[in-house]
Amino acid sequence: MALIEAVGLTLEFPFYHLGARSLKKRLLGGARLHTDASNRVVVSALSDLHFRIGRGERVALVGPNGAGKTSLLRMLAGVYEPAAGRLRVEGQVGTLIDIAAGMDPESSGRENVLLRGLYRGLSAQACEALVAQVAGFAELGDFIDMPIRTYSAGMGVRLSFAIATAMQPEVLLMDEWFLAGDAAFMERADERLSSLVGGADILVLATHDMAAVRRWCNRVLRVEGGRIMADGPVEDVLASMT
Amino acid sequence: MTPPDSAAPSATYIFDAARPDRQARALADLTLGLARWRLALRLAWLDIRNRYRGSVIGPFWLTLSTGVMLIGLGLLYSALFRLKLMEYLPHLAVSLVVWNLISAIVIEGTTSLTSAEAVIRQMQLPYTVHALRGVMRNAIVAAHNLPLILLVFLACGVTPGAEVLLVLPGLVILGLNAFAATLFLGMLCARFRDIGPIVGSLMQLSFFMTPVLWKPELLGHWQFLLPLNPFYAVLETLRGPLVEGGGHWSAWAAALLYTAVHLGVAVAFFVRFRGRVAFWV
Repeated sequence: MALIEAVGLTLEFPFYHLGARSLKKRLLGGARLHTDASNRVVVSALSDLHFRIGRGERVALVGPNGAGKTSLLRMLAGVYEPAAGRLRVEGQVGTLIDIAAGMDPESSGRENVLLRGLYRGLSAQACEALVAQVAGFAELGDFIDMPIRTYSAGMGVRLSFAIATAMQPEVLLMDEWFLAGDAAFMERADERLSSLVGGADILVLATHDMAAVRRWCNRVLRVEGGRIMADGPVEDVLASMT
Repeated sequence: MTPPDSAAPSATYIFDAARPDRQARALADLTLGLARWRLALRLAWLDIRNRYRGSVIGPFWLTLSTGVMLIGLGLLYSALFRLKLMEYLPHLAVSLVVWNLISAIVIEGTTSLTSAEAVIRQMQLPYTVHALRGVMRNAIVAAHNLPLILLVFLACGVTPGAEVLLVLPGLVILGLNAFAATLFLGMLCARFRDIGPIVGSLMQLSFFMTPVLWKPELLGHWQFLLPLNPFYAVLETLRGPLVEGGGHWSAWAAALLYTAVHLGVAVAFFVRFRGRVAFWV
């Protein structure tokens, strides 16, 4: 049963590697910077988010650069602990946030799939099954046995996407880099995403590409300055933005 | 599609900032991380393979350079200290191999988390895995030096008795300290970037302050101060069983005490600050 529930969710980034004292004086006028309980300068990346995403929902996170889209994805993935509020994520989480993370450029595609299987805690048998599946979807041909540093950008995207979706996450958190695939790949990605969501799962996609939003999503969360400015069906929210 | 794996981590993630439950989370990190030892081991091998990529003899370069150092230092220092080479060399061989391991663990421990930044910011993975990876990597590298010890023992006619079994608790002590240091320094150096270089120069100083090149007896009546040096204590729990008939009891007692304190500090720090690591790296 896939579910994401956020109640008053707040994320704060502490500033560590800057001269906090002088910075404080200069910046504290700004809306998103303040000092926290232990007197550190922090930037409010996300403040007081309330939302609930249920099964079958494909949510697009839209908003300008720096709005907090990727930070929200990372918090949903359990990477960043919220400074306040409550977060509940039910279901196996799959993340596609940074394409190169957890990949070893010197290893072959096949070895990287095995490695990702290990990262997910799969058994040796499940890892082997994963390789067969990923090789089928990513269409890398003989390149599956070449070091992935020799891959083109598109091939890297296909491999990462195939791995992340083959593990059949119930909650898929995705940043928009996978849009770098070619037209043929996009069609297959479309199929794969549809079948994922058909399996009563959740997709959260951070993107600037409104065509992708219309194509894959049925709900939009518009984030700006770390707050949710709009939440609703795709056309309603997109219409309000223009 | 692959069927969901039963070994996969628990499928519900709940975080309530009002009740951070730090102890439970740190404990879960440790147990889940240790359960993922296969991943840590795989990553450790990849690290070694990538470090020596394209090299013909790979990690055996280390064996070779330690061997050359043994011969050079052995000849020089046995003359300086007026010791018989055959008596000095076994001491030096064990000391140098163990010291290289300790030093590598401490120095590489400072980057154990910052070097895994991309993974830490991508997925929820126990930080314990990163620490375990560092420990395993250095253990594998150090194992390449073992033939040297064997060779020196054969050449010098050293045959340790039953006390050689004490090497096993010695290795446990070393392993626990290695894990604690990698986790603790990894976190500390992610937060304070100046500590890494400081640790590097401290290790250089410690090399000379610790009886690696010199034998503890050379200190004369100041020898009682040696257990104050944690590196000596840990080194002695391995060197003692191999070349000194078991090692002095004070070294063992000190080693146990340091290990308990070290683990305590590392775990306490881990419990308190685990949640901040993702912001530090």
